[in-house]
This record gives sequence, C-alpha cells and structure tokens, in this order.
Amino acid sequence: MPDAGHSRLIELCQADPEIRGIPLTSEEEGIGLAAGAWLGGQRAALLMQSSGVGNCINLLSLAKSCRFPVTMLVTMRGEWGEFNPWQVPMGTKTQAALELMDVLVYRVERGEEAGETVAAAFDIAFNGSLATAVLLSQRLIGAKRWVK
Amino acid sequence: MMRAKSNDPRLDRREAMRVLLEDRSDMLVVTGLGSTTWDAAAVGDDARNFYLWGAMGAAAMVGLGLAVAQPGRRVLVVTGDGEILMGLGALATIGVQRPPNLAIAVFDNGHYAETGMQRSHTDHGVSLCGVARSCGIESVYDITDPGALDDFATLVRAQSERTLFARVAIQAEEPPRVLPSRDGVFLKNRFRHALGME
Repeated sequence: MPDAGHSRLIELCQADPEIRGIPLTSEEEGIGLAAGAWLGGQRAALLMQSSGVGNCINLLSLAKSCRFPVTMLVTMRGEWGEFNPWQVPMGTKTQAALELMDVLVYRVERGEEAGETVAAAFDIAFNGSLATAVLLSQRLIGAKRWVK
Repeated sequence: MMRAKSNDPRLDRREAMRVLLEDRSDMLVVTGLGSTTWDAAAVGDDARNFYLWGAMGAAAMVGLGLAVAQPGRRVLVVTGDGEILMGLGALATIGVQRPPNLAIAVFDNGHYAETGMQRSHTDHGVSLCGVARSCGIESVYDITDPGALDDFATLVRAQSERTLFARVAIQAEEPPRVLPSRDGVFLKNRFRHALGME
C-alpha cells in the first residue's frame, strides 16, 4: 500500500528485478494476493499502515483456515507525536486486533533492530505456515510532519 | 450447450461451469464463496481447484497472486456477482497488472443465492463489464448465450496475450449443493502438490 513510512522500501522493491511490487487499492487485497502467490510457490510481503490492519481482519481468516504464510510490515500511526486524532483509534488497537486473529506480532522501536526482526518474522511465517506482523513504531519512523 | 429452461434466456450455472472446465489441460482454477465452489465440485473435484469457503471478495486477488507466481500456467477464477462486488478494488489492481495468463469469469444471477436470494447490485443495473473495462481490462465479454460461452472457454484455454474478463448471465436458481472438502490446509497442500511443490 502507498505509505510515507514505507516509501523508501517501496522504491527499493520496485528497483529490485527479483521483486514484483503490486500496488493495491486496499489492504485486504494483499491477503488474497499472498495466498495465491503461495499456492503458486512464491512468497509475498504486505506493506501497509496501521489503519489498514483493520481492513484485513476478515481476510486473515483465509490465512488461518489454510495456514497460509503471510508477513505484514506495518508502519504505525496514532502513537508517538501523532497530529491526526483520527489515526489514534486504529493505531492504539493495531497489535490487539492482529493478535485477536492469532497473528504473531513483533515490534520494532529502534532502527538497528529492524533487519533482524523482519527476517525473524519471515522465517517463522514461512517455516511454520503462520501469519506474522512487524509493527514499525511511529517513534522510529518519525511522526508525519504537517504544515499549514 | 443446453439451457435448463427454454423460457429463461440465461445460462444454467452447472452447465456453464462444465463448459469452462472441460478440456482444462493443466489450467489452475480458483472459485469463490459460495455457489461457484459448489458448481466446480459438481463438475468434478480436482487437486488443481482451490475453493474458497470464506474470504469473500478475495477470489480475484487469489487468482492474481497465482497467475503472477505461475506465469506459465493458465489461471481461471470463477466467482459470483456478490463475491466480486465485495472486492471491486481487485479489478483495479488486476487492471494495472494485467497478467496474460489470468481469466476471470463472474457467474451473474443478480442475486445472493446463499443468503436468501436478495437482489445484488448487478440486478439494480451495476455493470461488471463496465467496471472491468474502466479498470483497464481490455478483453471483456458479456456472455448471455451458449455460443459466446463456448467461444470464451476456447479463449481461456488458449495462450491469451491479455487478461480476460467475462460476465456470464446465469439463472437465479439453486441446484443441489455439491460440497468439496472444507479443510483449507488440505486444499492448499494438495494444490501445491499438484504443482510439484511440498
């Protein structure tokens, strides 16, 4: 999904000939896409913002019922230094919502932890046929700057 | 192809599924919740069918993921009007990717057969073909007769150079349910085994 926090990662993915970046109109499309990719023998990662986690809840039943491996990389909004209060309700419940659907959640607060945490989340998802998510904290990414 | 009722111009859904899946060769098939899943099972269970028993709105996206992952195989998604209406954004996403090995057939009876035959948006005039075209899918077919369905089925089996989309007008009836396995892990694993994976 288009996202400021993921913008550099999206650029890197689009520049990498071994990765196919598929832009989505809404996050739940990604769960179906990842399931189809795995049926065909390919691995997918879903990039989204915390507000989009709420869009995925029913579709996570697909991952759970079939034990599809899925890893979601989630940039957090609605926490550290958030300007927009409308981001807060979903941001403060993102982890709980994922855990309600039995997604294993890892949280990254410091940049130096990001690589190994994401690698660990991929490993457990694809070795164990499980859904995992890495929450990249808003403090790590930097709060969105708003200018009048 | 036979029509079930001579006074109803729309197609019989089971017969339509049979036409789409006959001579399927190594085609991979995804069906949506729920009647298209029963239709595919009625035609004949196959390890290369992936039946969705939930995840409404996701059938086309599962097909896209599969088509991208398996560019050398034909992939056919067969789903209902209610199912695709729940995830119309998928048509925009597919319209951007346009994998040439993907075909989508929507069985449109204008109703939600599984929930008591409430009218769907297509019965109120929403055009799925119009949506597909507007999303950039160029090969779009509005199928209302057996000859057109035969032609589409031939196109699906061929090595097309474009993503295909068809809306197939079917009768709003509920033939006896034929239920495939509901075990998602089993369906996933046997599908991957059929493709030579663990």
